[in-house]
Amino acid sequence: MRSRIREFDSSTLNESVQNTIMRDLKAVGKKFMHVLYPRKSNTLLRDWDLWGPLILCVTLALMLQRGSVDSEKDGGPQFAEVFVIVWFGAVTITLNSKLLGGNISFFQSLCVLGYCILPLTVAMLVCRLVLLAEPGPINFMVRLFVVIVMFAWSIVASTAFLADSQPPNRKALAVYPVFLFYFVISWMILTFTPQ
Amino acid sequence: MAAADELAFHEFEEATNLLAQTPNEATTRGDQLVPQQHVAVAMDSGGSYGAGNEVEESDKTALLQEEKQQPGFWTFSYYQSFFDVDTSQVLDRIKGSLLPRPGHNFVRHHLRNRPDLYGPFWICATLAFVLAVTGNLTLVLAQRRDPSIHYSPQFHKVTVAGTAIYCYAWLVPLALWGFLQWRKGVRERMGPYTFLETVCVYGYSLFVFIPTVVLWLIPVPWLQWLSGALALALSATGLVFTLWPVVREDTRLAAVLLLSVVVLLHALLATGCKFYFFQPLPLEPAAPPHQATSQPPTVLLSPPPPRSAAA
Repeated sequence: MRSRIREFDSSTLNESVQNTIMRDLKAVGKKFMHVLYPRKSNTLLRDWDLWGPLILCVTLALMLQRGSVDSEKDGGPQFAEVFVIVWFGAVTITLNSKLLGGNISFFQSLCVLGYCILPLTVAMLVCRLVLLAEPGPINFMVRLFVVIVMFAWSIVASTAFLADSQPPNRKALAVYPVFLFYFVISWMILTFTPQ
Repeated sequence: MAAADELAFHEFEEATNLLAQTPNEATTRGDQLVPQQHVAVAMDSGGSYGAGNEVEESDKTALLQEEKQQPGFWTFSYYQSFFDVDTSQVLDRIKGSLLPRPGHNFVRHHLRNRPDLYGPFWICATLAFVLAVTGNLTLVLAQRRDPSIHYSPQFHKVTVAGTAIYCYAWLVPLALWGFLQWRKGVRERMGPYTFLETVCVYGYSLFVFIPTVVLWLIPVPWLQWLSGALALALSATGLVFTLWPVVREDTRLAAVLLLSVVVLLHALLATGCKFYFFQPLPLEPAAPPHQATSQPPTVLLSPPPPRSAAA
């Protein structure tokens, strides 16, 4: 699930497990930094990996799922529903941008979209902490503010990476689905109520 | 092709109208095409072509330019041909669906026989999510007014909305296209639309419901019904104006029946969505039903069990 410059191919088999894990963790951490401080760089695109999106998606889905097994129709999404929305949403957006004539590869686009969920995962953590306090309009306002800021951050981060790959007269057509995707995730975060 | 790129198509109102009425005839632009090809062929071949061969050559090139390259359906570029639209074109098609005019056929004027799948797909997706989100918001606002209503973020509504909208926007055009193909023999002048053009018409006609659904957040009943009726009128008018030229030559009965079924299905979708997503009834079985309005006459969507208050 990674692409790398294979310089020392044969020697990675003999290294300790700790080395392997730390190398991958460092790569993921470096990409997290790129998302948090978005600027025009190719790191996310060149060395794409899907570990980061997987970690983020699982974290988000675990935090968003409804707690007890109450009635089927009430409550927020199940783990599987969040997972499906994130991954199928990302795949659909990638297909859309490729069909419109973008020159980004399939996995690069999945990588960017997945990593840019990081601000929204942070928003989910903050919302969960805020919900521990007493409910009320101030509680809601704080959560709304945090979610809106993180939503804008996600959009800015992903367009910084994805915008250049589209032909100029179709940029808006490719960016709108990204907006819809993060809007739906933000909505799920905002309407989360603990049981 | 390089030649086609140089001879860019310019927009003229009369030409557009002429094209809309008689799409299969060549306009003057096509005639201007031929002499240029004529000259190019003559220059390339030197003096070896006779007069008859020159005419044949220009005819063939003109014919080849009209033929479209059709890659197989298993290749990626086949599907890419359905997304060959620019931002301005999509916006123009949306505007065309919002303001139907009697003389302007949506397919001929706005699609120009180049349907796209971007519009229908993303308009349906947006409408499904907006329905779920605003339905949820209505419940939140209703709970603020009356704390006895039990609120929960009903995520299953997203699934229901998505399924309903996508089924409507793809199965109804399929049925319509099948019906028009079946009645093809009766028509002389105008051929039926292709399946993709029908899907396109339906997809873009659903756009007007997106702002309407957002307006339905305002809990004033007469305003909700007014905006719903307005949106339905605009949308159905667009559909009727598009279908009328095709259906006009059929028997009177078939034409009227088809158009009324189309409008009726559209109305059913609108009322079904209104009742299913915007009914602020309590969800606990123990609590008595609050504000019991009329029973939802949903055809497409079945109401959840606790709401069978009429029993």
